[in-house]
Amino acid sequence: MNNKGMSKRQVYHSSFWEEVAEDDNPFATKEAYCHGYNVYEDILQKATWFEYLYVMFKGEKPTEAQAKLLEKLAIALANPGPREASVRAAMNGGVGGSTHAASLMAALAVGAGQYGGSHEVFLVVQLWSKCGFDIDKWKLKLSNPNEDPRADIWHPIEHGPGFDPNGINCPSTTLNILNILESVMPGGALTWLKENRTLLEQYLGYPLAISGIAAAAFYDLELNEDQASMLYLTFRLPGAAAHALEQSSVPWNKFPFFGDAIELLDDPGPKGVPNFEELLK
Amino acid sequence: MKTNILQENEDRLQSKMGKAFLCERVVFRGKDLHHDLCQNDWFSLYLYGITGREFSDVEKRALNFIWSVTSYPDPSIWPNNNSALAGSVRTTASLALMSGMVISEASLYGRRPDKRAIDFFLRAGLAIDEGSALEDFIELELSLYKRIYGYGRPLVNIDERIPHTINKMKELGLHDGRYFKMALEVYKYLNKKKGLSINVAALAAAICADSGFDANEYHLFLTPAFLAGMVPCYLESNEKPEGTFFPIRCESIVNTGKLRRTW
Repeated sequence: MNNKGMSKRQVYHSSFWEEVAEDDNPFATKEAYCHGYNVYEDILQKATWFEYLYVMFKGEKPTEAQAKLLEKLAIALANPGPREASVRAAMNGGVGGSTHAASLMAALAVGAGQYGGSHEVFLVVQLWSKCGFDIDKWKLKLSNPNEDPRADIWHPIEHGPGFDPNGINCPSTTLNILNILESVMPGGALTWLKENRTLLEQYLGYPLAISGIAAAAFYDLELNEDQASMLYLTFRLPGAAAHALEQSSVPWNKFPFFGDAIELLDDPGPKGVPNFEELLK
Repeated sequence: MKTNILQENEDRLQSKMGKAFLCERVVFRGKDLHHDLCQNDWFSLYLYGITGREFSDVEKRALNFIWSVTSYPDPSIWPNNNSALAGSVRTTASLALMSGMVISEASLYGRRPDKRAIDFFLRAGLAIDEGSALEDFIELELSLYKRIYGYGRPLVNIDERIPHTINKMKELGLHDGRYFKMALEVYKYLNKKKGLSINVAALAAAICADSGFDANEYHLFLTPAFLAGMVPCYLESNEKPEGTFFPIRCESIVNTGKLRRTW
C-alpha cells in the first residue's frame, strides 16, 4: 500500500439505488431511483410507506394484500410494551437522559436476541424454508433447532423457535394478531400456522409467540430470513422510542431499581470504608 | 398447572456475580471491588469479570498484546470507518465508538472468525486427546465446513501481525503452548496443501486457548479489541470540516441496472 493519500475513487455498488447529480454539484441529488422508480417524484407522491418499503426490499410493488399485511404486521409489532426486554432497554436510556440514539441502539441490541427478538424470527423464517407445510418436519426441527455444533457469536437456541418456553397458554393478544394477519392474506404460512398451532403447542409443551407469527407473515410476504430480521428490528422501534421519551420525564425514583431484589450468593462480607472525615484532615 | 418460572423470578435474583451495596461496598465475583480488585489494573479486572480467574503477569502481557497488535488507527478499516463517519457528522463519542464496536462482531472478520478459530483449536485438542491425528482433524473440518477460520485472509496475503506476535510470544516464553504450536502446525499443513496463509485470528485464539479461555470467554475478551484504533479516527474526522470524511458523489453509487419505470 502507498502513502500518497490519493487513490482511485471508491464506489458503492447497489442493485436497487441510483442517484443522478445536480449539474452544479456532483454531491447533490437531482433524482434518486429505487428499483427504477423515481423516489422523490413518483414514490413520494403515489406510494404508501409500506408499498415503498416492500419495493425497497423486494424490488417489486406489493399486491394490495401484501401491502396491507406488511402494514398490519408493523402495527402489531410497533409497541411490544414496557414489559418487553428491548423496550425496557430503551427506557433505561430514557430515564437516565441518554441520547435518543443510545435508547434505540439499546432497543435494537436487546431486541436482537433469540428469545422474542429478531434472531429468533431469522431462525423461524429459515425453518419455513426447510419445513414448509410439513408438520413432521416442523416437530423435528423445533425439538432439535441447533444444527451446527461449532461455537458461534449466537449461542445455541434454548427452545423451539417461534414459541415461548415461559408461556402457559397462547395469550389473547397473540391470538388476535394471528387471526387478524391471517385474515388479511389467507392461504399461506399464517393459515397453516393457525390450523396447526395447537398441535405444535402440545408437542412442545408451550405456546406460540409473536416472533413465530411475525416469521410466518414475513414468509407469506416472500421475504427471506435476513429481510425479515431487519424489518422486525425496524418495526419494533416506535414503541421503544415512545416509552424511552416518556421515562425521560418520569422522576428517576419512580423507575425500577432492582437492588434490593438481588441476593448475593458469594459474599465476602464488609471490609470497611476509609473514614471520609479523617481523610479530609 | 405448569409452574410459572416468571413468577418465581419476578422479584428475586440470586447472583454469584455481584452486587453494589450502594454507600457501603461492591462485591465483584466474590471479591470486594475496592479492597481487593482495585489494587490491580482495569485489564486484570476485565479478565476476572469474564473468567473469574486471575492471570499471571506474563499471560496478561500476552493478552494485552492481542488487543494492542490489532488496534489500527486507520479509518479505512470498517469499524474505524464508522467511528470516523460518526465524528464527521458530529455525533457523540460513545455513539461513535459503539457504532464501530458492534460491527466488529462480523462474519468476514472480527468476532465470528475469532470465536470459530478458538472453537476449532479446542475441538482439535479434544480429538487429539481421543487419539486422532491433527491432519485428520483438519481434513474432517474442511470436508464439513470448507474452511478453517484464522487461515487465509480476505484482503491481503501477509498478515504483518503474525511475525510480531510470534516474536512477542517468544519474548514472553509462551511460544511452546499446546495451542500456539498447533496453530503453526495447522498453518504449515494448510500452506503446503492449499497455499493458505495464517492471520492473527489463529494465533490470538491459540494464545487464549493456552490461557484456558473457552469460546464464550474469548468472545467477551475480544469484544473491545478494536476500540483503541477507533478513537483517533473519531477524533480526526471530528476536527475536520463537518461532512467531509470521504464524501461520496452521486455517480459513485454504481447501479448496473439503469432501470426506469413509473409507479
